[in-house]
Amino acid sequence: MARYLKPIIVSALLVPWCWLAYRVYLETLQVGSGLGADPVEGLIHYLGEWSLIVLLSAFSVTPLSRQLRWPVLIRSRRLIGVFAFVFVITHALVFAVFYAELQWRVFLREVIERPYITLGMASLIILALLTVTSTRGWQRRLGRRWKQLHRWVYLAVPLALLHLLWLRKDGYADVFIYSLWAAVMAAERIHHWRAGERQKQSRQTKASVSI
Amino acid sequence: MLIRKPAAIASSEITPEDVYHGRREFIAAGALGFTGLALPHSARAGLQDADEITPENIVTQYNNFYEFGTDKSDPATYAHEMTTDPWSVTVSGEANKTGTFAFEDIIKGLDVEERIYRFRCVEAWSMVVPWMGIPLSNILSQFEPTGNAKVVEFETLYRPSEMRGQQGFFSSIDWPYIEGLRMDEANHPLTLMVTGLYGKDLPNQNGAPWRLMVPWKYGFKSIKSIVSIRFTEREPINTWKQLQASEYGFYANVNPAVSHPRWSQASERRLPSSLFNANRRPTLPFNGYADEVAGLYAGMDLRKYY
Repeated sequence: MARYLKPIIVSALLVPWCWLAYRVYLETLQVGSGLGADPVEGLIHYLGEWSLIVLLSAFSVTPLSRQLRWPVLIRSRRLIGVFAFVFVITHALVFAVFYAELQWRVFLREVIERPYITLGMASLIILALLTVTSTRGWQRRLGRRWKQLHRWVYLAVPLALLHLLWLRKDGYADVFIYSLWAAVMAAERIHHWRAGERQKQSRQTKASVSI
Repeated sequence: MLIRKPAAIASSEITPEDVYHGRREFIAAGALGFTGLALPHSARAGLQDADEITPENIVTQYNNFYEFGTDKSDPATYAHEMTTDPWSVTVSGEANKTGTFAFEDIIKGLDVEERIYRFRCVEAWSMVVPWMGIPLSNILSQFEPTGNAKVVEFETLYRPSEMRGQQGFFSSIDWPYIEGLRMDEANHPLTLMVTGLYGKDLPNQNGAPWRLMVPWKYGFKSIKSIVSIRFTEREPINTWKQLQASEYGFYANVNPAVSHPRWSQASERRLPSSLFNANRRPTLPFNGYADEVAGLYAGMDLRKYY
């Protein structure tokens, strides 16, 4: 099973890209047929939604591998994380190229004037850093600090959720589901961390008793 | 729904649909021809050389009608669940003729005109739409509003069994949807009660059987599927203002100088926009109808009354 883990995950992560390719193809046949009446917005929202889903999936790998007692799963974490960033950067590039039409001033004005885009950009910058430093080489170079750096994902995830929440005018069902997902995974981490602290403490007491 | 169009001329005859998709010469001529008689300048004035009519499939498939869901495609998908016949309208408040009326009886005998208007959403996209409708003043005068009527308030249908967006647990809107206009705004010749578009009956997702169209205001003022008209002395708290008063006001006049707190209103994307052409253009004060309507707000601080 472990041997097939990565190919299965890669195939799953390619599905949304294939679906997107198909819809862009429809769009080239007739405007509005593949990506909706406002294709630029349709494309941005599609990529944004998948960015969040894949980011949350990457965020779920560690808790799941613990709860399922399946450590091999951890090996897919970097893969899913990098895929999440590919979605995120495409989401932002589509915004810059098709929405702002590469007009630097329009792009900057939107990023500054729309606070939810500011948050999204902050999340993107964090994820870019994590992606660049996700290689073994960087892991070795950074040593202990690598783990500290990669804890920034705890900021990137809520920023991404706020980015979605803040752009909405109403209708928060999906935001609720995504937030619940993130909260469950965060709760598992807190639970795990506290269990670890307790263990440390009991070991310390045992050690002092034996003296 | 017996009487939606003027009996004498089928509106589909007036303007073949392929011509709608045609050139701007036609738009200018059309606006003049159809509305020029009643309105020598106003209907045409809003249209500029670069304004091309938005294709019908976009006008009917890209809608904000949260009663059916918050996605732009939800209204086109679910609005058919709404029953629009029979349709009764309650008229109340400061008027001599109040009561409940059948929709057909209200519009009976009133001339339906075609008006090509720009339509600017507060979300910074816009369209150009060939509406069919009756000047609102012709409708309201039937009810003989009294001198106490300073404001007219409208309400959308509340029927969760047919409007799935109203069932939502995750919606913070307090249904029914409410909007209002000052009487002078309501009686302005540009203000239209719309009963159709593209020479056809108004589709449900666009607010059948009738909806308001106030072209110099953001789209959310143009309330859809109206079941109540109330004449009052004070302005109501309209739905979006109630939801977020710092972002949406009572007036909601299109104003490039006053940003929405979360985005700029300086420019808009005109639909259709394709992948390779966002079709961005500057937003005009009062959506291009300043010559006609700016006088209504003389002396008012439009930054305060947004």
